[in-house]
Amino acid sequence: MISHSKAAKIFLQDEPRTDWHDQALWFVRQKRDGAVKQLPEWEKLRETASQIKEATLSNLGSYLEQFEKQAIKNGVQVHWAVDASEFNRCVLEIIQKHKATKVVKSKSMLTEECHLNPYLENAGIEVVDTDLGERIIQFRNEPPSHIVLPAIHLKKEEVGELFHEKLGTNKGASDPAYLTQAARGHLRKKFLQADVALTGVNFAVAETGALVVCTNEGNADMGVNAAKVQIHCMGIEKVIPRTKDLGVFTRMLARSATGQAVTTYTSHYLKPEKGKEMHVIIVDNGRSEILAKPYYRNSLKCIRCGACMNTCPVYRRSGGHSYGYTIPGPIGSILSPNNNLKKYGNLAFASTLCGSCSNVCPVKINIHEQLYNWRQQVAADNLLSPIKSISMKMAAKVLANSRLYQLFGKMARVAVRISPRLLLYNKLNTWGEGRELPIPPNYSFNEWYRINRKQ
Amino acid sequence: MITFKGRIGLFIPCYIDQFYPQVGIATLELLEKLGLDVAYPFRQTCCGQPMANSGCEEDARKVYQKFVANFSSFDYVVSPSGSCVYHVRKHYNILEQTEDVKKVRQNTFELCEFLLDVLNVDDLGIHFPHKVGIHQSCHGLRGLKLGTGSELVFEKQSKVHKLLSKAKGLEIINLDREDECCGFGGTFSVFQPDISVKMGKDRIADHQKNGAEYITATDTSCLMHLEGIIRRNNKPLKTIHIAEILNTWKP
Ligand code: SF4
Repeated sequence: MISHSKAAKIFLQDEPRTDWHDQALWFVRQKRDGAVKQLPEWEKLRETASQIKEATLSNLGSYLEQFEKQAIKNGVQVHWAVDASEFNRCVLEIIQKHKATKVVKSKSMLTEECHLNPYLENAGIEVVDTDLGERIIQFRNEPPSHIVLPAIHLKKEEVGELFHEKLGTNKGASDPAYLTQAARGHLRKKFLQADVALTGVNFAVAETGALVVCTNEGNADMGVNAAKVQIHCMGIEKVIPRTKDLGVFTRMLARSATGQAVTTYTSHYLKPEKGKEMHVIIVDNGRSEILAKPYYRNSLKCIRCGACMNTCPVYRRSGGHSYGYTIPGPIGSILSPNNNLKKYGNLAFASTLCGSCSNVCPVKINIHEQLYNWRQQVAADNLLSPIKSISMKMAAKVLANSRLYQLFGKMARVAVRISPRLLLYNKLNTWGEGRELPIPPNYSFNEWYRINRKQ
Repeated sequence: MITFKGRIGLFIPCYIDQFYPQVGIATLELLEKLGLDVAYPFRQTCCGQPMANSGCEEDARKVYQKFVANFSSFDYVVSPSGSCVYHVRKHYNILEQTEDVKKVRQNTFELCEFLLDVLNVDDLGIHFPHKVGIHQSCHGLRGLKLGTGSELVFEKQSKVHKLLSKAKGLEIINLDREDECCGFGGTFSVFQPDISVKMGKDRIADHQKNGAEYITATDTSCLMHLEGIIRRNNKPLKTIHIAEILNTWKP
């Protein structure tokens, strides 16, 4: 896997495209601003949401059990999966029990995380992602670049070309309404053919056993209502205590995600229809380990709104794929190191620590502070690059010693002043790739003070 | 006019000391003109942030201790750098919290907040006949809460705007993106230079498009980065630390 900084460098080579990507996401951020500013109580809502999640996480086991009990009472079959492979197997078993071969799926980051699609496809199952953006990237055989807007990295012309190839739309057509219409026709058939419908879960209500799924396209409903079997896949952190808590989150989710007051569809699934089956699979896959880490556990509050991506100046200019993890952007950069610090530790550095993510987050996750902490962990585990580690050790030595510091400072100033440009702007000087060095003054403040304020 | 009593230790961060002494001088002169008792401890170096932001806060521990030793005898520590002040307040938590450490963490102030919150000075009566774009440095804005981040739904306030809004002749320009990060990010600027520079270019373009002659900020680090890009690309903009604008004050 290449590091975020290398991937970003490649992304940035096409500057007009970078600008387009940046502006597309900034537009979403601005829509979010407009929507949240209509609620004078927004900051109170954030605090409330954060506290509900806090209380839930402190008692997660009992809320999950309560949820399970209610769901079973409702006639739902409840399964537990400790990790991705157990989850994938569980899904396949349900499908095979019904001798099904065709599955439609609405948006679920959990299934991305567990790589469910390739697993099912290997077993001869057809899986069709029915969210428009998801379907686009499924056609392209690539992962989502954003958790809410999975195909945000693609221009409409590229989608037009793809649909021409896959769906036989007119060559050169890129009108979004026309392309969407074509996708609807195509998906309609898939919905009608499907034996099993999979969905993600936004919220699972412990007191009622209800599962709540938010979509803008109604594709979860289409799938669930047409198929004989419905399977809902949720991480253990999706449970909330009461129905009344739901209002807090549904008010925040769409506003944060896209600037809508509420998602077009908020579907509540309580029990199976007569003659049909309803399953829920509750997945851990590393989450309880995060729960056990006091400093990082509140990353489990995430409601996957994507606002931290839209606001992140680094994400907007490097694209979701540059992170190399299922969940990109700020939240992905604090979740992924839990999974594999060696592999994903570099993501903790893919940030200026500007803090905009923490400010925008509807459940008040201290994202940038966790990034800072992960950096410490990377160094503590000796995973920093040797050059970084050695230069920091040296810098610390120098800066802990006033004389050395003044000496090195002076040497640096002289070096910048007298060195020929070619020598100064060499390959090692990454600062100088796109920037001039400061013009060194003849004296430091320290020297000036000694002369001008000698008491 | 000012009834403030107390000894102030002037903290001049390492890169200002070495590369932008004029910012330190402006800060010192301004505090002196206000009639304050200011001293600059010679043996100071750095707050330790460059190491800590790179993950090496353990290496920085000695630098932290040195900072505390240099400044614990003062009633207040004042610095023209929001980022360093934020670091002292927020991240010196790894030190044993002795009386000295606690005192230094509580009493270290960024210049603008010191003027407004401690001295209650908001109108110096300065004259600066230029169009100025304000770059809200992130650690000052979101860390020290020198202003309300654009993400938040709180009543808008901005200490930098407050200090500059009464200046004669000074026109604060409006930006398309009022508080986007400039991309400096400490060692981010050298380990992720491509994004860092791109972010800086975009910030500069925003200021230029909206007619700024000067970009000002509470942090010389952001300005050093922006200035480097401005000079590389021959942009018709200048950078100036807010202390330098405030120090044009003639009492
Ligand atoms: S971390 Fe916060 S802002 Fe980011 S996706 Fe999760 S809930 Fe949304």
